[in-house]
Amino acid sequence: MGRKLLFDKAHIEGIRYYDVYRANGGYGSAEKALKSMKPEEVLEEVKKSGLRGRGGAGFPTGMKWSFIAKPEGVPRYLVCNADESEPGTFKDRYLMEFIPHLLIEGLLISSYTLGCNSCYIYIRGEYAWIPDILEQAIAEAKKNGWLGKNIQGTGFDLEIYVQRGAGAYICGEETALIESLEGKRGNPRIKPPFPAVKGLWDCPTVVNNVETLAAVVPILRIGGDEYAKYGIGKSTGTKLISACGNINKPGVYEIEMNISVEEFIYSDEYCGGIANGKRLKACIPGGSSVPILPANLLLKTAKGEQRMMTYEGLADGGFATGTMLGSGGFIVLDEDQCIVRNTLTFARFYHHESCGQCSPCREGTGWMKRVLQNIENGKGKMSDIDLLWDIQRKIEGNTICPLGDAAAWPVAAAIRHFRDEFEWHVLHPEEATKRNFGLAHYADPLEIAAPAAV
Amino acid sequence: MFSEEKLNKVKEIIARYPAGKQKSALIPLLHLAQEEFGGWLSAETMDYVASLLQIKPIEVYEVATFYSMFNLKPVGKYVFEVCQTGPCMLLGSDNIIDYIKKKLDIGVGETTKDGLFTLKTAECLGACGYAPMMQLGKHFREHLTPEKVDAIIEECRVKAN
Repeated sequence: MGRKLLFDKAHIEGIRYYDVYRANGGYGSAEKALKSMKPEEVLEEVKKSGLRGRGGAGFPTGMKWSFIAKPEGVPRYLVCNADESEPGTFKDRYLMEFIPHLLIEGLLISSYTLGCNSCYIYIRGEYAWIPDILEQAIAEAKKNGWLGKNIQGTGFDLEIYVQRGAGAYICGEETALIESLEGKRGNPRIKPPFPAVKGLWDCPTVVNNVETLAAVVPILRIGGDEYAKYGIGKSTGTKLISACGNINKPGVYEIEMNISVEEFIYSDEYCGGIANGKRLKACIPGGSSVPILPANLLLKTAKGEQRMMTYEGLADGGFATGTMLGSGGFIVLDEDQCIVRNTLTFARFYHHESCGQCSPCREGTGWMKRVLQNIENGKGKMSDIDLLWDIQRKIEGNTICPLGDAAAWPVAAAIRHFRDEFEWHVLHPEEATKRNFGLAHYADPLEIAAPAAV
Repeated sequence: MFSEEKLNKVKEIIARYPAGKQKSALIPLLHLAQEEFGGWLSAETMDYVASLLQIKPIEVYEVATFYSMFNLKPVGKYVFEVCQTGPCMLLGSDNIIDYIKKKLDIGVGETTKDGLFTLKTAECLGACGYAPMMQLGKHFREHLTPEKVDAIIEECRVKAN
């Protein structure tokens, strides 16, 4: 069994409530931080832990925190990004629903470290029942002296508020989230200035993902050095992976970042293999925006080594033969799935979610959707495949926020690795509307090029 | 107009933000208004919210039109929002949408003649491991099958009576 740091107590009945959480060591990390450590010392532990942002970008959390500006007399804000909207991702939902106090405790320690007295949890609007759970947990924490004025007699004050979004993927982008929190359309801002300098109401602001902030609790409990011993290399600690698609056991798993992709998919501890005895065709391991990989490149890298469930392992080979850990939204496709159709649903998603500020994204996402629709419906031309490639290249890197890239990458990767299937759709339009291309050669062993003789 | 109880809730929401930043309460207030006033936001409702926050009506319109959860025209008493993005599609959401269309004899975006049901498609709602799924009011209905859809429709009809 892999070691757990976030879900180690998730199985305890009633852990959602303060009394049970507290009786099982809850708020121990907050007590340690507030009563015996200076904010700089907490920051040092987080830096030592090597914790990286769990929302998708993987930016070192300690470094992000150290960027926050501290002008005299200006409030600072911590914003918890609970706008979990990346297709395939549903890990934060589980954490907030079942162990809300873990998040509250993480927010308390993080706010203390950053010197914030107000903290906002921005949660996606569709998770409409979760704010009640969080607000109950906040009320319990307040009643027991962990929130409000003069927390546990330390002189530190903190209020946590829950704010619901209203159905806009783009608000997961930190500056769009801040705009939304200010009561505006979720249009991302041009950076710089970064939120650490000019964020919510133009004040210094840190925006972190739910899982990132919750991870601060075990870091304080066991110490940054000990946390860094979990995982491999720069992928320290544990990661929540939400697994879905054609697998036997979909759900949210906490993994130590030292297992292989093969173990994650096939072992009974995690996904339990492909459902209905089918074979693995492809996988999108980090949420819909990361590159899709065919089975043969997913399980082994282009060098023939076992691919690991780490930031570096999944990225091995760059975008040519690798992908990204992203948000941990792990989508598995079996041999019966159609790559064109799957790519079309994501293109439609990004078109729907584009905020419309930047022309390449606003126009390009809709254009890609229409071209993919034609191919899927048997009206595609060979030149459409090159056209798709051309459009995605012109979106990538040409937009204010990363939504453009997120829309471009799935299309690019699908063509890069599954071009045969797109061509088959174009050449056999009749057949393509009746059946799928199947597994084809996508799981065949790769030829490993011998190193060139020097 | 909100009841006194709801107006107290409005005050409580506005108090979450620093003085002068009451516009931040806009999205929470639009949610509240949509729940209170028949499941959608009319121009009158939006103007009312603008007056509560002392902002211009256009500031409300531009926000209400941006976010997909706000309905700008009347909807049925029960709105089925069926997710159709990748992970749900892999597990048969297209069949669920077709089934609901036939069963209720409406298309996507339409409402049944009795005003009870509206069918909408939605993009990823964050329940990928429990696909196919839909949002119904405040909650998710997951692992949908035609039988489950039948039961949900029946449940709504009973509740409506």
